[in-house]
Amino acid sequence: MNPRKYLKVYTKFLHTSLASELEYKTNILIDLITAILSLIGSIFLLSIFFQSNGSIGGWKFEEALIIQGIYTILNGITNTWFNPNLTEIVKHIREGTLDFVLLKPIDSQFFISLKKINPSGFLEIMLGFCLLFFCIRINQINLNLSFMTLFFITIICSICILYSLWFFISTTTIWFVKTWNAIEVLRSFLYIGRFPLNSFSFSLRIFFSVFIPIAFITTIPSEVFLGLSQLWKILLEIIVAAVFLTTSRKFWLFALKFYSSASS
Amino acid sequence: MVQNIIDVRNLSKSFDISSKEPGLKGTIKHFFKRQTKSLKVIKDISFKIKEGEIVGFLGANGAGKTTILKMLCGLIYPSEGSILVSGYLPFRRKENFLKNITLIMGQKQQLIWDLPPIESFYLNASIYDLDKLEAKRRIKNLSEMLEIDEELFIPVRKLSLGQRMKSELLAALIHKPNILFLDEPTLGLDINAQRNLRKFLQKYNKETNATICLTSHYMKDITSLCKRVICVHEGSISYDGKLDLLLKKLSPVKEILIVCRSEEDAIKLENSGFTIKNKIKNEITIKIENNSITSSLKTILNNFDIEDLYINEPPIDEIIGRVLINKDYDI
Repeated sequence: MNPRKYLKVYTKFLHTSLASELEYKTNILIDLITAILSLIGSIFLLSIFFQSNGSIGGWKFEEALIIQGIYTILNGITNTWFNPNLTEIVKHIREGTLDFVLLKPIDSQFFISLKKINPSGFLEIMLGFCLLFFCIRINQINLNLSFMTLFFITIICSICILYSLWFFISTTTIWFVKTWNAIEVLRSFLYIGRFPLNSFSFSLRIFFSVFIPIAFITTIPSEVFLGLSQLWKILLEIIVAAVFLTTSRKFWLFALKFYSSASS
Repeated sequence: MVQNIIDVRNLSKSFDISSKEPGLKGTIKHFFKRQTKSLKVIKDISFKIKEGEIVGFLGANGAGKTTILKMLCGLIYPSEGSILVSGYLPFRRKENFLKNITLIMGQKQQLIWDLPPIESFYLNASIYDLDKLEAKRRIKNLSEMLEIDEELFIPVRKLSLGQRMKSELLAALIHKPNILFLDEPTLGLDINAQRNLRKFLQKYNKETNATICLTSHYMKDITSLCKRVICVHEGSISYDGKLDLLLKKLSPVKEILIVCRSEEDAIKLENSGFTIKNKIKNEITIKIENNSITSSLKTILNNFDIEDLYINEPPIDEIIGRVLINKDYDI
């Protein structure tokens, strides 16, 4: 693998997909407005939950906002990269255009995971960071290097877990051809990530930690943010992320052996 | 001596196909209990292709031409047998192998829909690790050969099918592949666009000595590009050899319409021993075997008073069509 070549190709991906998106200015504007309204709606919903109770699952409203901030960043990443690319896999397989990807001298997973970007997702990422900065102030969090490093490690792990889950489901299209529903189920599970894990019952907590690790995606980075996370949890998230990433990679390579291409 | 660049031995491919009965009952049954069966779409085929050759794959819809092409370029794993393309096992899709080949499908496109083709060319150039200067040079050369210029800067969605196909070709050839797999490249194009594309492929083959494997339902593509054809029928090869030999075998006689000066001459000709197809007044149609056409015509012109004559070749589509639809046709 030649990193220089991959960087060059990625720069081209960025350039072409930005140029493609900018062809439709109104669409971008609508996406931007949707992102702002969606964040306002989520915060409003969260405030309703906390109106009667001072805290839910041991989390105060100001602390729960951190989870919302992380969720917004991850949702922005989903909308910027995962949504435009990983939903395309289904189309590639159904229409047989994956043929063109597989015949390029470049890693096919890299190509189909990063070819497109949706620039309006950047606003969500920025809004998420703004919310986190606001949370730093209201929760009087002390910023230092180890805090920042741990926070970014857990966020990167969350992105890897989220990506792997989505990519894994999309890969099954090679056998099942249509998997939109499974992706929708995954997206709806992600909405749960806006709330602290402790606010759910014990059985749901187990489900969202073991089977669909939504808990790792937002709660652990939030705990790191508040200085509440234990080291074992961070290590566990790193291990889970590595296992998910490796498995999704191996699964893709395995699935390609069953790719039969679409008929002409 | 020219090397074999493609070597296929005892190749077979099976797919699991599910079938469904019609109606609601059939749909429900299909949903809960899917009936699948293994279908052998390619059956024990072998062939070799030399470097620089242009080979046409002929066959009816579903005969297996595209499956063969997709196995040759490494998209589909073969169930049995072996394939060597340019010394590589295609399904391993090694980087150097992929840099040597290209696949063009008339019904599918790789260009970015909302952007001018030039953007897709530079993207492909970076994927094939070409520097900007080299990419620019190749785009210039190929666009001259393809006779496209302004179209390079117009969004793909606004180009005509012919212009789009030319751009697809340019995108697929920017890395100078040695082997071209073309799956119905002229599909949907008008007559002029088809002719231009064929001219380009001939020129490209001549200049680069690239090997071309082509499938097409337009016989003109095959006759003007391919000296050799491989006929595929229900997954097996029914003929592999020169196209003109195939045509001679399938159509050993020519029909000649002779217009005699008088009806008496026509009657004289009718009784002279030639195989007569029909006779209307002074016009008579006779059948002559291909190998005796010159001598027969000489005899007719010397012994009869002829006003005019027309040699009718049976349309090639008709001849090939007979092979494609009749599995028992003896080639």
